[in-house]
Amino acid sequence: MRFLLLFSRQGKLRLQKWFKTYTDREKKKVIRDMTMLVLARPPRSCNFLQWRDLKIVYKRYASLYFCAGLEAQDNELLSLEVLHRYVELLDRYFGNVCELDIIFNFEKAYFILDEFLMGGEVMETSKAAVVVSMEEADTLQETMEEYMSKPAY
Amino acid sequence: MALKIVKGSIDRMFDKNLQDLVRGIRNHKEDEAKYISTCIDEIKQELKQDNIAVKANAVCKLTYLQMLGYDVSWAAFNIVEVMSSSKFTYKRIGYLAASQCFHESTDVIMLTTNQIRKDLSSPNQYDTGVALTGLSCFVTPDLARDLANDIMTLMSHTKPYIRKKAVLIMYKVFLKYPESLRPAFPRLKEKLEDPDPGVQSAAVNVICELARRNPKNYLSLAPLFFKLMTSSTNNWVLIKIIKLFGALTPLEPRLGKKLIEPLTNLIHSTSAMSLLYECVNTVIAVLISLSSGMPNHSASIQLCVQKLRILIEDSDQNLKYLGLLAMSKILKTHPKSVQSHKDLILQCLDDKDESIRLRALDLLYGMVSKKNLMEIVKKLMLHVDKAEGTTYRDELLTKIIDICSQSNYQYITNFEWYISILVELTRLEGTRHGHLIASQMLDVAIRVKAIRVFAVAQMATLLDNAHLLTGNMQRKGICEVLYAAAWICGEFSEHLENPMQTLEAMLRPKVATLPGHIQAVYVQNAAKLFATVLKSQEGNTESTAAQETSQLMIDRLPLFVQSANLEVQERASCILQLVKYIQKLQQKDVEVSEEVSALFAGELNPVAPKAQKKVPVPEGLDLDAWINEPPSESESEDEQPKAIFAKEEPKHSRPRHTEVDEKELARRREARKQEQANNPFYIKASPSSQKVYQEGPGVEHIPVVQIDLSVPLKVPGLPMSDQYVKLEEERRQKERAEKKKKEKKKRKEKRSGRGKKHDSGPESEEDITPAHMVDIVTEEMPENALPSDDDEKDPNDPHKALDIDLDKPLADSEKLPVRSHRAAEAPKSPTEDGDAESAALQEPKKKSSKEKREKKKDKERDRKKSKEEKKKKKHKHEEKEEDLLGGQADEPAVQSEETSEVAAPPTSTSAEVSDLDFWLSNAPVPSNTQEAATVAAEEAAPVPEAASGTAPDSEPDEPKDTEMEESKSSKHKKKKQKKEKEEKEKKKKKKHHHHHHHSDGGGGEESVQNGTVEDEEPLPPMSNYCLLAENSYIKMVNDIQGNLQDGSQVVVSVIFENKCESFLKSMEFNVLDSLNSKLQRPEGSGPHDGLTVPFQLPPGVSNEARFVFTVQSIVMPQKLKGTLTFIVKVGR
Repeated sequence: MRFLLLFSRQGKLRLQKWFKTYTDREKKKVIRDMTMLVLARPPRSCNFLQWRDLKIVYKRYASLYFCAGLEAQDNELLSLEVLHRYVELLDRYFGNVCELDIIFNFEKAYFILDEFLMGGEVMETSKAAVVVSMEEADTLQETMEEYMSKPAY
Repeated sequence: MALKIVKGSIDRMFDKNLQDLVRGIRNHKEDEAKYISTCIDEIKQELKQDNIAVKANAVCKLTYLQMLGYDVSWAAFNIVEVMSSSKFTYKRIGYLAASQCFHESTDVIMLTTNQIRKDLSSPNQYDTGVALTGLSCFVTPDLARDLANDIMTLMSHTKPYIRKKAVLIMYKVFLKYPESLRPAFPRLKEKLEDPDPGVQSAAVNVICELARRNPKNYLSLAPLFFKLMTSSTNNWVLIKIIKLFGALTPLEPRLGKKLIEPLTNLIHSTSAMSLLYECVNTVIAVLISLSSGMPNHSASIQLCVQKLRILIEDSDQNLKYLGLLAMSKILKTHPKSVQSHKDLILQCLDDKDESIRLRALDLLYGMVSKKNLMEIVKKLMLHVDKAEGTTYRDELLTKIIDICSQSNYQYITNFEWYISILVELTRLEGTRHGHLIASQMLDVAIRVKAIRVFAVAQMATLLDNAHLLTGNMQRKGICEVLYAAAWICGEFSEHLENPMQTLEAMLRPKVATLPGHIQAVYVQNAAKLFATVLKSQEGNTESTAAQETSQLMIDRLPLFVQSANLEVQERASCILQLVKYIQKLQQKDVEVSEEVSALFAGELNPVAPKAQKKVPVPEGLDLDAWINEPPSESESEDEQPKAIFAKEEPKHSRPRHTEVDEKELARRREARKQEQANNPFYIKASPSSQKVYQEGPGVEHIPVVQIDLSVPLKVPGLPMSDQYVKLEEERRQKERAEKKKKEKKKRKEKRSGRGKKHDSGPESEEDITPAHMVDIVTEEMPENALPSDDDEKDPNDPHKALDIDLDKPLADSEKLPVRSHRAAEAPKSPTEDGDAESAALQEPKKKSSKEKREKKKDKERDRKKSKEEKKKKKHKHEEKEEDLLGGQADEPAVQSEETSEVAAPPTSTSAEVSDLDFWLSNAPVPSNTQEAATVAAEEAAPVPEAASGTAPDSEPDEPKDTEMEESKSSKHKKKKQKKEKEEKEKKKKKKHHHHHHHSDGGGGEESVQNGTVEDEEPLPPMSNYCLLAENSYIKMVNDIQGNLQDGSQVVVSVIFENKCESFLKSMEFNVLDSLNSKLQRPEGSGPHDGLTVPFQLPPGVSNEARFVFTVQSIVMPQKLKGTLTFIVKVGR
C-alpha cells in the first residue's frame, strides 16, 4: 500500500498516511486527484480505479471515504478488508465511530492505524491485539485534564 | 520561580488545545485562512516557551494543520524537541508529527539518530514501538545505516509486539540501506517460524515484498513457504505466501506443478473471496510459467475460468471488475478458454460502471481473431455512438484502433474495411484522438501497398469535405486527420482519380485556418500533387492546361507565404518560387514534368521506433569523446571571439546562428530528457506517445469559424464500414463453398482415403484468407541491429539494489555498522563479537569445503568404477568408505541430483540450487515417505553440502550394511566399517560421522530444527533432541544449546544409545574443525585428536556426553563432519 486517505463527502481531508515518501507537491496532487476521482464515482459502482500506475481502492463508510493506493500486484479485495478492519478498529476504540470522532481525535486515529499497519503492510491481523496495545499505550498517556492541572516547569 | 510556574499555568489556561483549534476552524468557515494564520502565530509563541507540555500541544495542533495542507516544515526542530521528551504522552505526539511532516530532505532528521536509538532500547515497549512506527515513515539512508544493527537486535526482542514491528521496519531499512539485507536475512528467515503469529506474518510480509521484486534470490525458501502455506490457517498470511509463490513460479516451473494441487484445493474450499482471488491469480501465473498446452493442466485453467465467470456474473461490482481483470491475464496464454465467454464480456460493455466497461474493453483486445474482428469492432462502433461522456468514448476509440492494429494488423483481413472504420471515426464529435486516427491512416497507407488506391480515394473525399471536419470548434482535435489525408494524397498521388480536384481542395483559402503543421503538410503535398498533375497534362500535350495549373499554384500559394507559421511560410515561398520558374519554362515550351516529379521520387519506408537505438556503435568510435577540444569552463559566453573568426563572422552569422541554436536546443532537450529519466518523480511519457505527432503550438488559439450542424454528419461519398461486414460474410461463404467443392473433388479423387475428418465445422483461423493480397511492410531496422530488450528496465527502481544473493556467506565488509564510540551503550552481545571474526574467516572456509567436496566427488567416481568391477574389490572399497544414506534414497532422483552437482561448479549456491532441485523433483513422487522426509530435512540445511553425500552407493544386498537414518538438520553420517566375521571377540568400527549443524549460539537454531523435525519423526514432545546418526550398534541423538556463560560457545549434548547385544567401549568422538567452529579439546591435545567418551555402554543402555564447540559466527549455518569410533565387544 502506498498511501491511505480519509476524506469527507465534501472533499475535506480527514487523515492522510503515506507509506512511501512523496514530496509535498505530489501529495497535494494525489489528494486532489483522489478526491476528484472518488467523489465523482456514481453510487453502486465498483470500488476500484486505475490511476496512473496505481490501483485505487476506496470505500465509503457513512460520510467518510477511505481510499488506499495500491501497487500493481496488491490484492484489491484484501485491501478492502484492510480498510474495513481499520473501520472496525476505530469503531471499537471510539464506540460507534463517526466522522467527528476522527476529526477531534485525529491523533488517536493515527495511533490506531500505526498499530494496525506499518510501512504499508498489515502488521497485526488480530483485532484484539491492536485494541490491547492501544489501551495499554493510552494508560501511559496522560489525559488532557492531568496536563492542565500539572505544574509547569 | 514560583511566579514563573503561576504564569505558565495561566498561559496554559488560555492555550488552545487541539479540540479548540478544530472547533475554531469549523466556526470560521468563511475566513478559515485568516483564522489559521492567527492560530499559527499563537503556535509560534507557544513553541518559544520552555514548557514541554505547551510545546507538545502546539506540535499536536501543527500536525493537524499539516494535514489540512499547511506548511509546517519550519517547526521541524520543535518536533524533534517534543520527540525527545521523556514522557510518553509527548513523545507519542512528537513521533506522530515527525512521521507526518518529515521526509528525506528534512535536515533535522540527522539530529534524531541518537534519540531514536535511545528510544529503541527503552525498557518501555511502547517507547520502542512508537519510535519504530515513526521511523517507518521517515527513515533515511543515513538513519537506516546507523540504526540497522539496533533494529536487527530488536527482531529477537522478548516481546512479540516489538519483534513484529522490528521485522516489518526491516523492509524499509533494506530499501534505504541495501547492504543490511544480507547480514539481517538469516534472522529474518528465523522469524518465519516465530511462535507469535503476528511476528510470523510480519516476516512473511517482508520476505514476500522482497521476493516479489527479486524472486530468484528467494527460490531456496520455497520449501519453507510451502510448508507454511499448507499449515497456515491465517488468510492474511496465506494470501501473502500465495502471492510470493506467484512471483517465484515463473523462475521454476517445477514449483508451479507442485503448487497446482494445493492451490486448486484452496480454490475449491475457501469462502474468502480475497483468498480465492489470490489463488486464481497465482494459478494463472503458474499456468503461464508452465509450457502451455499441457493436457493435465487444462482442468486447472477451466477451473479458473469457471470461477472467474462466477465472479463476473456476480452482482457485486467489485467481483465483476476483478473477474475481468484476472480473465485478461489468462487471455494472454490461453486465449481459447477465454474466448468462449465472449458473450459475457460483451455484455459487460453495457455495464453502467465505467471501470468495468474499461476492463471488458481490455479483454476484447485479446479476444479478437480474424474471424470475429469485424463483428467485435461493429459492436464497439455501436457503443461509440451510444457513449455519452467523451472520456469513455475516446477510450473506446483508442481501443478500436488498438484492437485492429495489434501485432502488425494481424487480424485484419480487409483493409478497405479498416480504412472506412477510420474514416467513420473521424465523424466523432470532440475527440482528442485525431492524431491517433491520422497516424493509423498513414501507417496503413504506407505499409499496405494494395490499399493505397482505396485509401487515396477516401482521403481525397476527406480533403474535399474538409470543412465538415474543421467547421466546428469542438472538432478541432479531429482536424489532425487532414494531416494524414493531405500527406497520403500527395505521396501516392499517382493513384488519384482526379488529382486536379484534390489539388484545388488543398489550396482553398479556408485551409489557412488549420493549425500550422497541417498547413505545412498541405503546402508540401500540394507541390507533390502539382508534379503529378503536370505529368499527366504534359502527356496529353495540352500545354494550356499545364500552364493553368501552374497559374493556380501561383495564385493560391501567396496566401500561405503570408502565414504566421514559419514552417508554412518557408515551404510556401520555396514552392512558389519553384512554380514561378516552372511557369517560365513552360512558357518557353520546355518539358518540365519529368524533372519536377524527380523532386519527389523515391519510396518512403516505415522505420522502427527503436531503430536508431539499435544501430551498433562501430568499433573504435567513442561517442562520449569530444570531437573538438571542449570549451574551457572559465570561458564566458560573452567573451570576444578570436580575431580570425571575427572577420568572417558577419557573412555566416545568420545561417550559422540558427544551426548552432538547433544543435544547442537538441542538446538541451537531450539533457532535459536525461534529467527527467533520472528523476524518479517525473512522470514519464508512456512509450506509445512517442508515435504521436507533436501537436502544433497554440492550436487552441486559432480562431475557427463555427458552423452549427443540426443534421448528423454524413459525408457524401464515404463508404460505410458496415457494408464490408456483409461483403466479408458473403466472401467467406463463397470461399467456404469453393473450398468444399475442392475438398469434395479431392475426396472423390482419393476415395479410399480416411473418413470424414474434414467436415464443415466452424472455419478455423487459417481458413480465412485476406480479401486483398496484402503485403504488410514491416518496420525497417538498421543492418546488424542488435537484438536487445534491456531498455525496458527502470534503472531507478529502488528495489534493484536489493537484488542480492542471500545464499553467499557473509563477508567481513558486510557486517552492520555497530556503534563503538559511545561508552554508555549496552554491552554488545558476544555473539555479535564473534560475527566479526568469523566473517573474516568465511572465505577460506568456503574454499576448504569446496575442496572437500571435490575430493568427495573423486571418491564417488572411484566408487562408481569400483561398482563395475568385481564384487570383492567393491567390498574392499566399501570398507574404506560407505554411504549409509544411499540405501534409502530414491535412485533416479538422486541420480539427477548428482548430475546437476557434477555439472555445476561446486559452490555452495549451486549446491543449494541442486537441493531445491531435489525437493522439487522428488516430492511429487512420494514413493517413499521416508525419502520425502529426508528431502525436506535436507532442504532445511542452508548449506547443503550434504547433498554430495547422498550418492547412491550402498548396496541393498550387503547384509551387514548399517542403515543410518538421515537426521533432521541433515546430519549425515558416514561410516567406515571393518567387518571381520571370523574374529569373534572384537569388532572395530570406525564411523565417519559427518555432521553439520547451524550452531547459532543456542538462539534460533533450535526453532529451525524443531520446525523441520515435526513431520519427520515422532519425538517425545518435550525433547529437543534430534537424531544425529544411527546404525545397528548405536544410536546418537543430540541437542544444541548456547552456553549461557560464554556466548561464543555452543554445548552439544549427545546421547549415545547402545542398540546391540554387545558391550560398546573405547568410544572416541572426533569432529573435523571448521574455521568457524572448533571442538574444544583438553589442553595439550592436538587439533585432530578425538575426545574419549567418558563411559562405556552395556547393551541397551544410553548415556549422555557433552561436547563444547567454540563458534565464531552465529549468522552462518554450520556443518561439521565427525566420526565416532568404538569397539564392540562380542561374546565372552
